[in-house]
Amino acid sequence: MKIVYTDVLVIGGGLAGLRVAIGAKRRGHDVVILSLVPAKRSHSKAAQGGMQASLGNVIKGQGDNEDVHFEDTVRGSDWGADQEVVRMFVNTAPKAVRELAAWGVPWSRVRPGDREVIINGQKVTITEREEAAGLIAQRDFGGTKKWRTCYVSDGTGHAMITAVGDQAIADRIPVHERTEAIALIHDAGRCYGAIVRDLVTGELRAYVAKATAICSGGAGRLYRVTTNAVICEGIPTAIALETGIAALGNMEAIQFHPTGIFPAGILVTEGCRGDGGLLKDADGHRFMPDYEPEKKELASRDVVSRRMEEHIAKGKGVKSRFGEHLWLDITLLGEKHIRNNLREVYEICHYFLGVDPVREWIPVRPAQHYTMGGVRTDHTGESPTLKGLFAAGEAACWDMHGFNRLGGNSVAETVVAGMIVGEFIADFCDRAENAVNIPTRLVQEILAAEQAKLDALVGGRGTEDAAALKVRMQEIMTAKVGIFRDGPVLEQAVAELEQLLVRSRNIGLRCKGGGANPELATAYRVQKMLKLALCVAYGAYTRTESRGAHFRQDFPRRNDAEWLRRTLATWKSGSDTLPTLAYEPLDVARMELPPGWRGYGAKDYIDHPATAARAAEVEAVRRRMAGADRFAVQQALMPFAHLLPARLRGRNERIDERF
Amino acid sequence: MANGTHRKLRLHVMRYNPRVPGDAPRLQTYELEEADGMTLFIALTEIREKQDPSLQFDFVCRAGICGSCAMVIDGRPGLACRTLTKNLGEEITLAPLPFFELIGDLSVNTGKWMRAMSERLEAWVHMRAGELDLTRIEERMDPALAERIYELDRCIECGCCVAACGTARMREDFVGAVGLNKIARFRLDPRDARTDADYYEVVGDDAGVFGCMSLLACHDVCPKNLPLATQIAFVRRKMAREGLG
Repeated sequence: MKIVYTDVLVIGGGLAGLRVAIGAKRRGHDVVILSLVPAKRSHSKAAQGGMQASLGNVIKGQGDNEDVHFEDTVRGSDWGADQEVVRMFVNTAPKAVRELAAWGVPWSRVRPGDREVIINGQKVTITEREEAAGLIAQRDFGGTKKWRTCYVSDGTGHAMITAVGDQAIADRIPVHERTEAIALIHDAGRCYGAIVRDLVTGELRAYVAKATAICSGGAGRLYRVTTNAVICEGIPTAIALETGIAALGNMEAIQFHPTGIFPAGILVTEGCRGDGGLLKDADGHRFMPDYEPEKKELASRDVVSRRMEEHIAKGKGVKSRFGEHLWLDITLLGEKHIRNNLREVYEICHYFLGVDPVREWIPVRPAQHYTMGGVRTDHTGESPTLKGLFAAGEAACWDMHGFNRLGGNSVAETVVAGMIVGEFIADFCDRAENAVNIPTRLVQEILAAEQAKLDALVGGRGTEDAAALKVRMQEIMTAKVGIFRDGPVLEQAVAELEQLLVRSRNIGLRCKGGGANPELATAYRVQKMLKLALCVAYGAYTRTESRGAHFRQDFPRRNDAEWLRRTLATWKSGSDTLPTLAYEPLDVARMELPPGWRGYGAKDYIDHPATAARAAEVEAVRRRMAGADRFAVQQALMPFAHLLPARLRGRNERIDERF
Repeated sequence: MANGTHRKLRLHVMRYNPRVPGDAPRLQTYELEEADGMTLFIALTEIREKQDPSLQFDFVCRAGICGSCAMVIDGRPGLACRTLTKNLGEEITLAPLPFFELIGDLSVNTGKWMRAMSERLEAWVHMRAGELDLTRIEERMDPALAERIYELDRCIECGCCVAACGTARMREDFVGAVGLNKIARFRLDPRDARTDADYYEVVGDDAGVFGCMSLLACHDVCPKNLPLATQIAFVRRKMAREGLG
């Protein structure tokens, strides 16, 4: 048996994993990254539109700061987010974008002087300031009060992972490509690494580490129609669940992006709407202002996606042989803008649709896009229940997105959480009591048990087809656990998924060969994915309210009185067919921004009994401190700086805010 | 749509698993019915799901942005995921990229080669000495320069340029257009502290820019339409000047 020893084992080579690894390595710890694919091919690459950070360089971002970013993010989350974590995030995002600038990301920059932009369907001339010349530019995105999204054309994720991947190479961090963690090694509430399958040879190895970090992105492939890459199956999230100890938070919180191209589901960026693109129906009518007069196309994604589906249900969809869709019209942006700032969109339309977006409208329909839930962690990124297990990025429920993530906040989270959690992992490894002391015999036993499971799949007499089970699961999720959810339908979905899970214990393989055996990979993955699908579906069924992206037709109101709580799912026993759910209350009395109306979407909700008192308290503090600087007010409302690693606590300089 | 109007496609796929003793390279033919909007990603996935679960290939983003799925499609390197079958004939031949280590069937180890190339060329921004103060306003950059850097930064390391390269056919150690483009990119970037003397150290020989025979198939096959011809010429001129001292 081969055992690889390291200080830090990072599972996932996307932006979060790379940045965690760099942080830990620069603090002197050995790191190994496991990745299904070469790191730069990770799904982070697909982020197009940009990364939110309150630099406030462009004129439409003037006055932006951490406070505004904080409020936008909490409202976007429909008050599901951990507000302290949001504060940590918004304070670090400007540092992250500036670090990336130093590492070589060619951020689009401000050109001073007049320029023509499209706002609300109209051509408008805005004038960029001379003092902002050459600083990092921002564009508009949904659910934000200021233009805050820093971007590199529409290849932001590509440029970011290129630069961060290059830095990881410079730091000599090994990436074990084409490897897959299939089980965590843990004993007595402490995680010690993972059992890993080599996807080229099929061999199992044990990786033993002081700290293990799950940075593997989301689980979009639970759905049939998704913008996510084919590798986004959530397997590392599932192996955390399979420990029976680590909990997954808010798995029912699934985001649907308004503009997946139809029918392939490939993403076209929110930047299309941020830059002025419009949504239109079968009659060519711009319908979003009818539903959302305040933010129109630029309400948060959950709201826009719901309005689109609502509009299709009213018979206003465009009919095609694959079903119905709507139009995204970016023709008004002009060829130069599309060719320069939306060039990936241009390519995608050209290659996959045969559409020229300079002249023609793009067929779109909402598609699964983001997993807000994930491995539940505390503010340091560590699981509160399984010591030594960390998570960062989309795989984590840290929890800065609550029930809906804002566009531009996901790539931002990857690098910000990477910076923060990387430091905390280094602290963890620095402490003597966290030395690895698991007996080799135990590691051997765990590896042997995993090998036995794979052998049983290859050599057993099962009769179920793994690929067929997976497709069926995806169909159920898309049809029944989608944008609009309803009790009886969810109940049915849960029952069907349970049956699939039972059937998945009887998979038989056609391909009996050793080595890579892609069918074997499909088999063990679908067993794990079904558990995640059940966390989503059962969590959605149990949550009898609507919040953010989780919308229940039978419970259309947000219900803070009963549901201002985070869902925690654990999988207690291998023979279970359902997760065990528990709930963790969010403390209204400590919120800097007490629950209220988001500024878009539904206006009626049921208040938490503590909301009024906290709102009055916050109001009183603001009144009492009127005229004090914003940092002092914030400190009085909800102190957070002590939660950050010391080197990330500093204030952020801006053109309009020097110190 | 079972209305009989769809073509029957025949995909001839190069099969070979170097890890199986006695296995020999061969073309295996799969038949399937074309569908609207079908890409090679959709076709190969369907074959693996329904006909042959052992078939190896690599897809990740399936949107033409990650560079995983480069293969030789009817004799020409390209990205399979964004190749629509309607643009191909009924007989389609697929082979793995040459030059790279074969993992099996259509899967090759471009990742390992790209990492080694990056290490050799030190393909990262070499920051100037001194602690970076992340709380301060970022360094300014000319917007046009940022766009020019991004133009070269768009490389997805798919390996098509190397697979199509005449020099790489003869010299295993050739850094390829992908490597030379990276040098051009870092040369352009004022954040990188290196000088032409430093770049000469890594590409000033026949394994680097002087190995290029200017056949420029790299330029023709690049899925991102990178300006490889001009960039290689530019780097060659700068390196020649550096070499002459």
